[in-house]
Amino acid sequence: MVLRLLRRLLVLLVGLAASSVVVFAFMAVLPGDPARVALGVNASEPAVAELRRQFGLDRPLLVQYGDWVRGLLTGDLGQSYVSRAPIGPQVLDRLQVTLILVVTSMVVAALVALPLGAWSALRHRRLSGLVLSALSQVGVAVPAFLAGILLITLFAVRLGWLPANGWTPPAQDPGMFVRQLVLPALSLGLVQGAVLTRYVRSAVLDVLRQDHVRTARATGLSPGRVLWRHGARNAAVPVVTVLGLQLATLLVGAVVVERVFVIPGLGSLLLDAVGQRDLKVVQDVVMVLVLAVLLVNVVVDLLYVVIDPRLRTASR
Amino acid sequence: MSRSRSTTARALLAGTATLAVLLSACSAGSTASGGASGGSGGGAGSSAAITIGLVAEPASLDFTTTDGAAIPQVLLTNVYETLVKQDQDGKIVGSLAKDWKVSDDRRTYTFDLQPDATYTNGDPFTAADAVASITAVKSTWTVSLKAAMDVVSEAKAVSDHQLQVTLSKPSNDWLFRMTTRIGAMLDPKALSTIATQPVGTGPYAFAQWNRGDSIVLKANPSYWGTKPTYQTVTFKYFKDPTALNNALLSGTINVIGTVQAPESLAQFEGNSKYQVIEGTTNGEVVLSFNNKKAPLTDQRVREAVRYAIDHKALMDTCWAGKGTLIGSMVPPTDPWYEDRTGDFPFDQAKAKQLLAASGNATPTLRLRIPNLPYAVSCGQVVKSQLQQVGITVQLDQLEFPAAWLQTVFKDHDYDMSIVAHVEPRDLPAVFGNPDYYTQYDNTEVQADIAAADQGTEQEQVADLKKAAATISTTAAADFLFLLPNLVVADKDVTGLPKNAITESFDLTTLGRS
Repeated sequence: MVLRLLRRLLVLLVGLAASSVVVFAFMAVLPGDPARVALGVNASEPAVAELRRQFGLDRPLLVQYGDWVRGLLTGDLGQSYVSRAPIGPQVLDRLQVTLILVVTSMVVAALVALPLGAWSALRHRRLSGLVLSALSQVGVAVPAFLAGILLITLFAVRLGWLPANGWTPPAQDPGMFVRQLVLPALSLGLVQGAVLTRYVRSAVLDVLRQDHVRTARATGLSPGRVLWRHGARNAAVPVVTVLGLQLATLLVGAVVVERVFVIPGLGSLLLDAVGQRDLKVVQDVVMVLVLAVLLVNVVVDLLYVVIDPRLRTASR
Repeated sequence: MSRSRSTTARALLAGTATLAVLLSACSAGSTASGGASGGSGGGAGSSAAITIGLVAEPASLDFTTTDGAAIPQVLLTNVYETLVKQDQDGKIVGSLAKDWKVSDDRRTYTFDLQPDATYTNGDPFTAADAVASITAVKSTWTVSLKAAMDVVSEAKAVSDHQLQVTLSKPSNDWLFRMTTRIGAMLDPKALSTIATQPVGTGPYAFAQWNRGDSIVLKANPSYWGTKPTYQTVTFKYFKDPTALNNALLSGTINVIGTVQAPESLAQFEGNSKYQVIEGTTNGEVVLSFNNKKAPLTDQRVREAVRYAIDHKALMDTCWAGKGTLIGSMVPPTDPWYEDRTGDFPFDQAKAKQLLAASGNATPTLRLRIPNLPYAVSCGQVVKSQLQQVGITVQLDQLEFPAAWLQTVFKDHDYDMSIVAHVEPRDLPAVFGNPDYYTQYDNTEVQADIAAADQGTEQEQVADLKKAAATISTTAAADFLFLLPNLVVADKDVTGLPKNAITESFDLTTLGRS
């Protein structure tokens, strides 16, 4: 277990290092000069040159890279080229917003997928199971932003039940916070839930076909009880994998959904920063996202061990 | 079996606990970062509050170092005031200066200041502050606009409430620029915190900035002038035009400050809950030519392009018919406006003739446009119209601002581009400077611009009319149309400005019926 953890952490570190090189290289070749963009259309050449010097953009790339990495390691994310404000606090603020959105969506997805997936597996020969399965297929095909637009049109614009967009911190106005969270969480969560439903369904079907389950069924237990008692753990392994992968897609999907719902999360920050050539912010946000995805992978990997005893012995 | 079940339960529990911790951490964090000021979230609806939807959020609130129109849009006139300002007809009128006199040699301006103006931090506004504000533009500002203050040779306080500014040469443009952000009267004692805590003398005080979301202003209880109607004003930012429209439709905001997609107006126009206001802006959508690059160095080719474009049809197709045809670099709200749309009436035969005369009947031109909505949709129309007279157009989209600034603006690596020049009174900047990206070098125009700046107000009008005429007739560029000022608002909001001629979204005239 410890060895496994160490191995995973090593992979995580290598992944982070490699990503940092790639991210930095991409930023370096991106056309457009941050200093010129920051100073605006009519800036004079000397002013642009002076700002490049202030930003440290006139130094060799290797030095700039070293500086950036050293900052990351010491927790100093540097200064925005555009606003000249420290990036760290801003990223933390935005990360909290995105995490609330992602975690709520994940809960929505799980609440939808676990019962529906199991149900459609248990009823896979009946009409209700088939209908559910078909519906989830439709859900898989719908991108989250489209679901968002549909939900806005129906619930915000037509019916006027919920706000179309916006974000209020929970401490400021809890009621408004919840009302504004519902639609974005649903649009991300329902789509992910549809994907997850299909995995739960096939995982449960697999389990139901296994020998020990068939034996249990022969003892006269109902399929539902058999699944609960003997199959849930086996079915959980692929489901947890998919959950982990989905968390990564959710983070990315959140970028788009934040745009549709005008939510000040990490995604909006990233998009704005790209547009304004605020390269430091782009680099930092991408690294935070990379770290998040890699961390999810580690956690998923460790969860396998908790869920599946066979892996535990194997790794000893 | 029992052992394994308890492990599952434990895993589930652990998972739930993690979720709970995450959630609580998140909400706790937001509490700390939100810095809430009660009730600003649900601004719409209450008679004391109004929420205005805009598109461009400032990157910083410090306009001494950060460029862009987003900061003055919110802060100028509302939080910061200037000595003089522009009224709705484009006339320069007093603000923090009650009155002013110009000396006979047009070089010395004497301003009588409002005696009872104070900053929102309690400091009184005096002539010394005005001197400090003016000299700070010259010494500490870094944005390019500061150059307009170079002409000031001395600013001194005659008394607490009288200010004298001496220019190195007469300049009408200087007084006009004093109505823009460089004329903002700042409190020298509050300069260091300007990026996060603006302090001004205006009818509103800065209250709060929720980054990525909104800026909140509160009425200034000790304002020296007429007090504004709304106690709380929230500017809310939307990157996506659909999201902006939806916010008004679902009651999150009361006003769409600038409609970004004119075709979306239809959903408001037939609805009795909303009012639609259509006026003009300072945004000339220019089909700019690289005047130093063949074949556009040849005036006949430039004229051919102007003849080949059916401006009315173009505006109908790409901007839903909203906007004003202008024909030169002057919006109708400037005193030297003249309708020059007749200079190059749509005439394809004439265009072909001119191209043939230039010895290049089928030139190929690179049209490199920024990826902004008006440029993208109008670029296609320009391309197809020019192709009808034999001009091959290679259309490239460049990401704005970064890639466009580099390629077109700095490297001049283009033949034509489409850009809205939104700066007020920008004819001299765009066509008076041969090093500008248009590379238009006409000594007659430069002389007219210089004379306009130094002469009396009547001479200024005459000279700039002449310059605009020369710019048009020499086909320095083609002027596609003037961007409309499109505002949609709840029916009961009154006092919304029809024409957007200043940088500020002026809140002082707003009311509720």
